[in-house]
Amino acid sequence: MSLTSDPPLKTAPEPTPAEDYSALKVVPVRHPWRWVAVAVTAVLVAQFAHGLVTNPGWEWEVFARFFATETILKAVWITIQLTFYGTALGFALGIVLAFMRLSASPFLKSVAFTYIWAFRSIPLIVQLLFWFNLTYLYQRLDFGIPFGPGFFSFDTAGLVGAMSAAVLGLALHQAAYAAEIVRGGVLAVDAGQLEAAAALGIPRLRQLRRIVLPQAMRSILPNAANEVISLFKGTSIVSVMAIGELFYQVQVVYGRNGRVVPLLMVATVWYIVLTTVLSVAQYYVERHFSRGATR
Amino acid sequence: MTAMVDIRSAHKSFGTLEVLRGIDLQVRAGEVAVVLGPSGSGKSTLLRTINHLEKVDSGWISVGGSLVGYRRQGNRLYELREREVLRQRTRIGFVFQNFHLFPHLTVLENITEAPVSALRRPRKQAVETAGTLLARVGLADKASAYPRQLSGGQQQRVAIARALALEPELLLFDEPTSALDPELVGEVLDVIKDLAHQGTTMVVVTHEIGFAREVADTVVFMDDGRIVEQGPPSEVLDRPRETRTKAFLSKVL
Repeated sequence: MSLTSDPPLKTAPEPTPAEDYSALKVVPVRHPWRWVAVAVTAVLVAQFAHGLVTNPGWEWEVFARFFATETILKAVWITIQLTFYGTALGFALGIVLAFMRLSASPFLKSVAFTYIWAFRSIPLIVQLLFWFNLTYLYQRLDFGIPFGPGFFSFDTAGLVGAMSAAVLGLALHQAAYAAEIVRGGVLAVDAGQLEAAAALGIPRLRQLRRIVLPQAMRSILPNAANEVISLFKGTSIVSVMAIGELFYQVQVVYGRNGRVVPLLMVATVWYIVLTTVLSVAQYYVERHFSRGATR
Repeated sequence: MTAMVDIRSAHKSFGTLEVLRGIDLQVRAGEVAVVLGPSGSGKSTLLRTINHLEKVDSGWISVGGSLVGYRRQGNRLYELREREVLRQRTRIGFVFQNFHLFPHLTVLENITEAPVSALRRPRKQAVETAGTLLARVGLADKASAYPRQLSGGQQQRVAIARALALEPELLLFDEPTSALDPELVGEVLDVIKDLAHQGTTMVVVTHEIGFAREVADTVVFMDDGRIVEQGPPSEVLDRPRETRTKAFLSKVL
């Protein structure tokens, strides 16, 4: 028997001619259970909508009467101010803390670490009450030589009103979280980017502003937007300090007229509207920083 | 004979790992030195010490007659401030293995960034220079593209143009073709060859033996943190004296 040639095949199978499928009708896969799920969900949604319209408990006419009254609009404005200052100061301090933690100095690193550790540990409401009672700890605030004589001094009672105590508390709390978000964003930038910038001799600050931060912004923004939105709703916590923000004012009104549900809806709808505005802003800011990116 | 690059007994360790164990190397102005060697032999680290991306632990390096990273005053060497180091680096172009183009800037902005911010060139002049350089690397039509829209070979050619925009007196290449698909290697090597023929002083770390043979004035073979052998390609590549050089070449040729 030879190994160099195959034994001749007695019955070589005839290749069947390829069938032509192009004229046949294609039947897509059916999804009957998907239709069941749709039907169930639709019924639930319809019931909820029906309830919103027909249940007299919502008292929509009360809602409509109070939604845009001056008291509520003023309260909305205070909520916006608390959010704005809390975010601005919080992120300003947060950026400083982030770069302290990223610095080469062990002292700066540990101070920033300790700050973040402390302010993430203390519940916001406890902290706010501390600031509210600042006058109890420090009666006077002096500007001058550290441990030496002071040149200017203020009464803390006059300086730290309820509003500034609230802004201070929100900002200091926010800074701890902002610091970690900014640090995460900076760490997400490829080390090669800094190396390339350094190799080109680009000045240090310019490296940060032009090369690192625009790229870090891509990972900072989604988290930062989360923080701003949660701070915005979190401002309702300062109602414990009797500051006339949205939630406090709504409570005052329903305490007077007893229409709890429609007034809670007033606050809810304002929170939804403003969160929507923030989300839309987020979309455009993110689009701005995504140039040159593929995803 | 003045050396453009002068490296004297450079030592460098990362922790307990000694990466450079006493390197002496001189590269004259207008010369092309190609550094070969197995991975981990310290060739990239050596290249990075030349523009002070890595600091040597002992020994010294000078480029164009001035010490890299230090300033001599009397009998002392003062470490330069970061700003002065950055200033020095503008005279030394560096091309990375992975290009490291700035992804959020266009090709044009990548090239004009350093001349404008580090050398304070007027933007208009920087844009003109960038146009000339892009034409030189064959990418005149890509000025407004973003790096991710380009192939690897095109990106590396942009990176070379970016390094040239500072009109450096020395160009350093760290494995410029190692991250490229085989069919893109040629276009990048052609650009580098072109620069070599125009008398640019270069130190090139590479694995391309053919390129070394064609372009190098000096081939430097490194292994285990030391220079094993150096000389013209006709000697080091064709008649190596050291057994380690022979062993390496027999594997890569």
